[in-house]
Amino acid sequence: MPVERVDPDLVEFDLRSDEMLINMGPQHPSTHGVLRLVLRTDGEVVSDLTPNIGYLHRCAEKIGENLSPRQFVPYADRLDYLAGMNMDLGWSMAVEKLLGFVPSERLRHLRVLVCELDRIASHLVAAGCYGLDLGSFTPFVWCFRERERILLLFEELCGARLTYSYITPGGVTSDLPKGWLKNCEKFLAEFEPVIDELHATLTSNSIFIHRTANIGVLSPEMAVDYGCTGPVLRGSGVDWDLRRDGEPVYTRMYEGYKFEVIAQVKGKYPEDLPYPAVPREAVLGDCWHRFYVRMLEVVQSMKLIRQAMEKYSQTKEVLAEPIKLRQKLTVGTAYLETEAPKGQTGFMLISDGSPVPWRVRIRSSSFCNLSVSAELCRGCLIADVPAVIGSLDIVLGEIDR
Amino acid sequence: MAQALINILDHWGLHGLAQQGWLWYLVVGLVQVALILALVMTCVAVYTWMERKISGRIQDRLGPTRVGGRFGWLQPAADGLKLLCKEDLVPAAADGLLFRAAPYLTFCAAFIPYLALPFAPGWVVQPMDTAAFFILAIGGLEVFGVILAGYASGSKWSLYGAMREAAQVVSFEIPLGMCVVVPVLMAGTMNLTEIAQQQAGWLTSWNLVNPFALVTFFIYMVCATAGTNRAPFDLPEAESELVAGFMTEYSGFRWSMFFMAEYSAMFLLALLGALLFCGGWNGPIPVATMLWLTPEYGDIAAFAGNFLGMCSLITKGVLGVIFMMWLRWTLPRLRIDQVMTTCLKYCVPLASIMLVGTMVSIFVLRGGLSHPIKPVEMPAKQNQRTGRDCKLKIREGHASPLLLRRPMVCGKIFWQSRGTGFQPVEFDAGKMPVPRWRPSARKSSHTRPQSSNFQFSIFNSQFSIFSLSREGAC
Repeated sequence: MPVERVDPDLVEFDLRSDEMLINMGPQHPSTHGVLRLVLRTDGEVVSDLTPNIGYLHRCAEKIGENLSPRQFVPYADRLDYLAGMNMDLGWSMAVEKLLGFVPSERLRHLRVLVCELDRIASHLVAAGCYGLDLGSFTPFVWCFRERERILLLFEELCGARLTYSYITPGGVTSDLPKGWLKNCEKFLAEFEPVIDELHATLTSNSIFIHRTANIGVLSPEMAVDYGCTGPVLRGSGVDWDLRRDGEPVYTRMYEGYKFEVIAQVKGKYPEDLPYPAVPREAVLGDCWHRFYVRMLEVVQSMKLIRQAMEKYSQTKEVLAEPIKLRQKLTVGTAYLETEAPKGQTGFMLISDGSPVPWRVRIRSSSFCNLSVSAELCRGCLIADVPAVIGSLDIVLGEIDR
Repeated sequence: MAQALINILDHWGLHGLAQQGWLWYLVVGLVQVALILALVMTCVAVYTWMERKISGRIQDRLGPTRVGGRFGWLQPAADGLKLLCKEDLVPAAADGLLFRAAPYLTFCAAFIPYLALPFAPGWVVQPMDTAAFFILAIGGLEVFGVILAGYASGSKWSLYGAMREAAQVVSFEIPLGMCVVVPVLMAGTMNLTEIAQQQAGWLTSWNLVNPFALVTFFIYMVCATAGTNRAPFDLPEAESELVAGFMTEYSGFRWSMFFMAEYSAMFLLALLGALLFCGGWNGPIPVATMLWLTPEYGDIAAFAGNFLGMCSLITKGVLGVIFMMWLRWTLPRLRIDQVMTTCLKYCVPLASIMLVGTMVSIFVLRGGLSHPIKPVEMPAKQNQRTGRDCKLKIREGHASPLLLRRPMVCGKIFWQSRGTGFQPVEFDAGKMPVPRWRPSARKSSHTRPQSSNFQFSIFNSQFSIFSLSREGAC
């Protein structure tokens, strides 16, 4: 009987048995929605992984070509439904770029405020679900408890808990309600100690480290090649954040803000934070680093929110009304990428001068981040697949669009 | 209990029933099984409620609050009812017979060991001299049901769960067995009643006080957690990886069988740990002795003392289960290779060291470090069978200079006659001369009793066995 040649890196030659094709998803607890992963496994070892997507395809781009930009806002925040504010912002700013609209100071700070709050919410879901992927249930509930408070703040702000439609092209639907800032401050103050708890139960937990360190190592080159962005890119040690390095249209929003881009450069994270040190087992670009980057970004977002609240309170002007529902668009093309919690989300509009864009294109961060999963999972164990996929922090609404 | 049953039967006019040997045996057996099932099932039901409440509290939630008042204590009943009402589903690809048999196999394997588990002195369905071995052996059968379930389900995820279970069993059962051997070695017997009795007295007489046993206890708890497939070792049913592992295709009542088996096994191993390491029914404080609830004050006192002891044992078991729940809701799950590393690379060598350490400590220190030398006073009592007083005279001997001399400690003497096994006889230690080490007597204790008269074997609290010749007739 002829023996098939196998890659000795993957499986010990003698131990090789028949391969099994196995479907992980679309109904699987840890594929974060309706992702289907086709695993080619040899025992517990995964030799190949193919992500199959499209179970949540809702023709978002086509819808965008039949609606005016303001009408599309509710569709935008259903893309990455865990960070609706950031999706709204991406879309609104792309439209504003086309129209040449410059947001006022008050609007700018307000947008920073809600977007960074939503970034915390998104990262909390990422951290909690990651714990769940690794079998730790409690941090998940703790994360959702804190996220709930953010959602309550947003509910007070715009009446919705997930799909806000709050940031619209040319402004926001309404200014902050009275007393909102005080609530937000209270939340931040009470949230800060919870971060330590999450670090204790996850980041510095020995089992967590063993499950994530040196698993799914993504080299900086590969990350750039695959177009990975956001915490996935920064987890590989690439110092790149659109809030600092993006287009002027976007970075203008963060002008005057002090924050650090979280990435390990020259073997060191930017700030000596009072958070657990990098364990010896961790390798740059592994699951642990991706998780750690998110946890540190939460702290940066809190810093940004505090600054934004201060700057916002100093402005006294009345917010302008957003653009009209069927305002005619400028003829031309505009493409803008913004730093959403999960990576760079880009919106492109091509307009022929009518109120409805002629073409809408959405660049999804999760889509690019997921594309690297096959590389990361090759040769790992089945138990590592949720660990890798979870560390990429994907959301299917954005991938399928 | 047997006499009480006879009375009841007489009352019903069924006296003839008691005359039928096999029938009588069957009735007694059934009643005992019913009692054990009732006790364990009640505990399991409480555990499911407790798990939900504890996880709720850990996670800043309330847990069940609706069914059964404020604390939702009727939740297990509601859950059970729901499970019974669910569709009885067997997947088309499953092997019908094996698929149906697997849950019951697991269930039986998880409940049968209770037959050998003493809850108080004499309160055991089937007294066994090899109870510790029996419990491990039957408890180990649980894995067959799991592997069978995974194999028969016809699902790839189930198969993975079954394979993981097989790998995990190989890893944890070896250190678990070694951990059980340590207290067995200290006691010189596998009889759980005796192991527990030898730890009578204050907290200091527990096996746990011995540093080797203390470390062994922690290894035991780790292995017990792995043995019951509880997080962080819940790989066979790893939710986030294998959907539900070997239970993926199960639903309704069959699923609840696995569920009950898991909780029953948790309780079993916690109880076994309490018996082996934590004094069994002997609380940290000898409350029963303090309250004169000992056999010499009558049957009711003995019953009350036993009941107190059982409560103490069950409390310890519940604490062990709570510890496992606490672990589950705190820690992430290990990977399969890490489970095997933990069990084989760390637990086995550590358990081996503890085993050797215990042996050395027993031989060097004669009874280890744990047991203070403290005679327990017991008045003489009539021999049940002959109605005559037992009089003991223990000859003095010479202690070997190498070994520490120690007096008799045990509260009870077990007398052994041919064919009847061990039975406790109370004696007055205070009136007895302090026995000394007698090499020749020790030698004879290893053989079966030779004379037609009774030969007394007094079990020391530790390893050594004294055999004493008795003067006068009983």
